[in-house]
Amino acid sequence: MSAGALVLGVRYFPKIAAGDVLPHDTNADHATLHPSVYLGIDPDGTVWIVAHRSEMGTTSRTTLPLVVADELDADWKRVKIEQALGDKRYGDQNTDGSHSIRSFYDAMREAGATARLMLIEAAAQQWGVPAAECETDLHVVIHRSTNRRSGYGELASAAAKLPIPRKDKLKLKPKSAWRYIGKGQVSYDLEALVTGKAIYGMDARVDGMVYASVERPPVLGGKVKSYDDKEPLKVAGVRQIIPIDPFQQAPAFQPLGGIAVIADNTWAAFQGRKKLNIFWENGPNETYNSDSYKNELRATSHNPCKVVRNVGDADAVFAKGGKVHEADYYVPLLAHAAMEPLVALAEFKDGKATLWAPTQNPQAVQDIVSKELGISKENVICHVTLLGGGFGRKSKPDYVAEAAVLSKKVGRPVKVVWTREDDIKFDYYNAVASMYLKAALGTNGKPTAWLQRSVFPPIPSIFDVNAVYGDPGHLQQGWTDIPYDLPNLRIENGPAKAHVRIGWLRSVANIYHAFGIQCFTDELAHAAGRDSLDYLLDLIGQPRTIDFKGVEYPNYGASMDAYPWETGRLRHVTEVVAEKSGWGKRKHSKGTGVGIAAHKSFLTYVATVVEVEVNDQGEVRIPRVDVALDAGLVVNPEATRAQFEGAAVFGTSVARTGEITATKGAIDQSNFQDYPVARINEVPAQTNVYIVDSEAPPAGVGEPGVPPFIAAFCNAIFAATGKRVRDLPITKLGLS
Amino acid sequence: MIQLKVNGVERSFSGEREMPLLWYLRDILGLTGSKFGCGVGLCGACTVHVNGQATRSCVTTMANAAGKEVTTIEGLEKNGLHPVQKAWMQINVPQCGYCQVGQIMQAAALLNSNKKPTDKQIDDAMSGNICRCGTYQRIRVAIKSAAEEIS
Repeated sequence: MSAGALVLGVRYFPKIAAGDVLPHDTNADHATLHPSVYLGIDPDGTVWIVAHRSEMGTTSRTTLPLVVADELDADWKRVKIEQALGDKRYGDQNTDGSHSIRSFYDAMREAGATARLMLIEAAAQQWGVPAAECETDLHVVIHRSTNRRSGYGELASAAAKLPIPRKDKLKLKPKSAWRYIGKGQVSYDLEALVTGKAIYGMDARVDGMVYASVERPPVLGGKVKSYDDKEPLKVAGVRQIIPIDPFQQAPAFQPLGGIAVIADNTWAAFQGRKKLNIFWENGPNETYNSDSYKNELRATSHNPCKVVRNVGDADAVFAKGGKVHEADYYVPLLAHAAMEPLVALAEFKDGKATLWAPTQNPQAVQDIVSKELGISKENVICHVTLLGGGFGRKSKPDYVAEAAVLSKKVGRPVKVVWTREDDIKFDYYNAVASMYLKAALGTNGKPTAWLQRSVFPPIPSIFDVNAVYGDPGHLQQGWTDIPYDLPNLRIENGPAKAHVRIGWLRSVANIYHAFGIQCFTDELAHAAGRDSLDYLLDLIGQPRTIDFKGVEYPNYGASMDAYPWETGRLRHVTEVVAEKSGWGKRKHSKGTGVGIAAHKSFLTYVATVVEVEVNDQGEVRIPRVDVALDAGLVVNPEATRAQFEGAAVFGTSVARTGEITATKGAIDQSNFQDYPVARINEVPAQTNVYIVDSEAPPAGVGEPGVPPFIAAFCNAIFAATGKRVRDLPITKLGLS
Repeated sequence: MIQLKVNGVERSFSGEREMPLLWYLRDILGLTGSKFGCGVGLCGACTVHVNGQATRSCVTTMANAAGKEVTTIEGLEKNGLHPVQKAWMQINVPQCGYCQVGQIMQAAALLNSNKKPTDKQIDDAMSGNICRCGTYQRIRVAIKSAAEEIS
């Protein structure tokens, strides 16, 4: 390889020439046998599999291809994976919501099985034998009785001449024949990751590119009043200063606006920015202060709100008097803080925009860039690099649109590098939420009536400034689907105006809803003098399918027939985790305790037990976490275990220190010194993951581990200290 | 003019003396293995070895790097994989992988000076390296595994 990574950058991605028309071809497209957009086989036996979902550590880029490879009966060592461009011919590419496997499992099986059938047919014709007598064995078609073999590569040309078989002719492998599905597979990129050769968005390079750093309006909706356009140009390496227009309401994925400094290298761009001396017209959101906003949310939650689900008549029960328990729960705004700060490289040339970005959603990139530049989507070519984490932030392509806009103005490829401060201050935060819960208590402390209200600025506010209520997509996340069999249940949602951009963050509304419900449940157990596990199982009750009649319940986009809400599966994981963690069997000395929580999200049932030790200074250690999950068919158990280990760490950060606040509309936090995230000495020492065997269809694994961890952790703190966490993070109780 | 050695190669730099070593490595030399995560020495993603010591290159100026020997992930092991890299693969440590170069450089430096670190020593050495995917328990196992191989 010749000089440096300039060559590396160009080599990593196929070179797109001006005049190319989408779809831009992959090696699979050019392969000799190409029966599916996702797959191609060449005469040398190389199997090209196209990864169309983004890779941010969940192994989407490895696990979907391995399903193709299994049905194809290919040798994994002969498989080459290539990342797709943004292109609707691949189907949905928004890698968000823990549904890559669920949504594409069947399509991947079909792709592999289609090619396998064609290869068998080609061999059978060449040998003059019935196809039914042929089988495959890792990259080879075999006719056992005559001992004839032919490799996939040898057969590719002949197979390519055959018609593509209909879906109903495909023979899918039985579970007993799986080589890769369900076994556990490491990342295709593992060696590249440990040698530093992997290319993230931050590493993308093209000839002639320049670097940009943008000073953005501190308050949402702010505009530039004045700035110094001379001093920054005196900084070594700075080339020019370019304004970016502010967005038109509502923000959606538009650039925020501000002033960009264009320079020869990242450092020079950062330095130039310090000299801009911008004066801002902040706009109406400058009255936003987190403290007073919290009080507003809480006040709203103390009055009747919009009813989103009702069973029986909770008010009538409350009116009778008797024992009642109520509580307020609160979770602040949260920032994503993925390890790789936001970054994007764009080249606008000859009416086409080419992007290299760590994006979770390349089709959304095509959409916003085509709008911002006034070109057709077919002229927006979005390369998807590896992502240094995403958690939902990188689904929102505002940062890619900025690069495209600047490239058009500069007339060169531009890489916009966000500082960590930018990344924290200009996020789409997980919504701040205040919840009010009230239960009337009957025999054995069991609730006879239950009222819960959730108040939070909703995600639709980024698309519609007047959106103040949660939509069914977010109310389904742990709120309308409370799993308890309650005779009188009223679920409400109150309005809240957004003053910052709100977005999806790993498990989203489930974070606050599971916290509120599972910790309130624990409060009720303790109030009744009952064991927390015993009480939780009592509330979950006997196995039944929740009937959402009268409730708009999107079920995460899945059909209720294929993915019914079965409380028995939640009960089962709760029983499994209780047994595996030794619930009730271990003695807990002073300052130690265990907590439990059960929560279903993204169609997966999870129960978590957390053990904590808290010393006299209020320092919290987490010696052990046990988590049981039922995600239906688990295609990659190794990756799944890693996701649940990671979810416990992600949840630790949220619970320990997760808090974003604003003063006069501007975000207070900036970097890891004031938005701390958990380090190796602050996380669970050992997280044990138990995957329940299931024949049910695959469900999500990236997000579901987070919400029950947070609630179980807080319940453990109560068990250990008698301190009840109702406001996150735990620092508010003097715990660290 | 600043002279320094990077992965065994003599280099000259005539740019800004205050430029952090990280940006010289990434933008000028094109060695993108070392990562930018925070710019203030708090996350460890930029960790390289300077004269054999684990160092946060984002807060090390070129002036401070002058006359020194810098080793990046690209130069950690000339032939094949370092025991730490092998252990990382064997234990399947990385998820997104963005922090892992820094983790590996930090772990390699730890094992250079301490052949059999305890859990506490691992915590102390590695607590400057953030992983948002949460691979920490595997990092700990991999460090112990690499320690065994080295000894």
